[in-house]
Amino acid sequence: MVREQRIVATFVEFADTLIADFDVVEFLHRVSERCVELLDCAEAGVLVADVAGVLRPMASSSERTEALELLQTQNDEGPCFECYHNGRTVLSEDLAADADRWPVFAPAAVRAGFASVHAVPMRAHGQTIGALNLFRSHTGRLAEPDVPVSQGMADIAAIGLLNERQARESHDTVSQLQLALQSRVVIEQAKGLLAERLQVSMDEAFARLRSYARGHRRRLSDVANELIEGRLGDDAFTSTAQPRSGD
Amino acid sequence: MAAVDGDAASVIDRVCMAATRVLSLNGAGLSLMVDGELRGTAGATGPGIEVIQELQLTLGQGPCVDAWRTGVPVTEPDLAEPALLRWPAFAQAAVAEGVRAVFAFPLRVGAIRIGVLALYRDGEGGLNADEFADGLVLAEVAVHLVLGLQAGAGPDALHALLSTQPAHWAEVHQATGMISAQLGVSLDEAFVRLRAVSFAENRQLREVAGDVVARRLRLERP
Repeated sequence: MVREQRIVATFVEFADTLIADFDVVEFLHRVSERCVELLDCAEAGVLVADVAGVLRPMASSSERTEALELLQTQNDEGPCFECYHNGRTVLSEDLAADADRWPVFAPAAVRAGFASVHAVPMRAHGQTIGALNLFRSHTGRLAEPDVPVSQGMADIAAIGLLNERQARESHDTVSQLQLALQSRVVIEQAKGLLAERLQVSMDEAFARLRSYARGHRRRLSDVANELIEGRLGDDAFTSTAQPRSGD
Repeated sequence: MAAVDGDAASVIDRVCMAATRVLSLNGAGLSLMVDGELRGTAGATGPGIEVIQELQLTLGQGPCVDAWRTGVPVTEPDLAEPALLRWPAFAQAAVAEGVRAVFAFPLRVGAIRIGVLALYRDGEGGLNADEFADGLVLAEVAVHLVLGLQAGAGPDALHALLSTQPAHWAEVHQATGMISAQLGVSLDEAFVRLRAVSFAENRQLREVAGDVVARRLRLERP
């Protein structure tokens, strides 16, 4: 396959993956691997900012310890640190000459066998959410035609990440909705169960459930569930008396 | 509490009303479901629609139950069709309530189903391709509204606009708990017994449940 065809095939592959349910870590690993195949680099890694703005390594083209450590050392300095904070591509054509610029990162990268590095911003909705790190074994910069491809890879990594975040947020809401719907039913069932077992009114049964939950600092729906499943006996509810403080 | 207060008509009710206008239908209802069981009617265009939605809880059958289970839209252009094999009890009761055709669209979030948007028509006839597509879009809108509302609710709470469950619903579940204690059976079985009485005596589930809760009716071990 000629190079252009491989690039197109890679983007089609990623577009397909985005449609189906996918594992974001696996996806970002694949992006890193494809970078090594398509671009003139020896290793690639993806760093993503967490809610506190700390860059976390999410994926890399190899599990080589030195390469992973290089990703991890970039929270105070380094190309990804700069790239994430100013939203632009940051590069070093000769890491051996950049020890003043990045005193920790540059020597470590040279020791790991790298001569130059690129950090490409992962942007979405006008925001930089992380950086794609390309490590090269010789000095110099990416050839001109490779620059838009590297940005394309960073963009698709960003889209994949956002896609997953949105899916996860809506799934959280769905679980919450189902839990809330279910807990109302469980509480009513527990009221009925207790009213019948203790031969008290529905209001009294509810008062006892609430009193127990309050006294034991438990959620009403959890108490109701435990009564229904038999993990809490009727004797826990035989009076509305509060338990001793500190109980 | 009334299921739908005039001025407090929820945003979900408005979706149902929009659905009836867009598709020239007679009614629509949005059910929230968990594990295939109706857990609340979050919206309805009128009390008649609520009765039909609730009927599916009593009977454990109907288009909403099927749409939830299969995850795909379920349509029935003529409930009065004598050869109709699915939901015999539901079809008969729905026709008695003035409903002739029904179209149920599952509310899906990926592989998870959170409920069903059911559209009802008083005359026979199916949806054409455009109307069917509109139904899919309306279901999609309903999913976003429900999740949008719920995203603003507390971690343990159900959003107020989604909890338009009328008071008699509570009695159905209370009665289930009581029957479970009376007969020493599981809640699932107790609910089946409650349904069976309602079906056998041809009374609404809420009436039978009201009798159990008021201790006018006590189920005996068979």
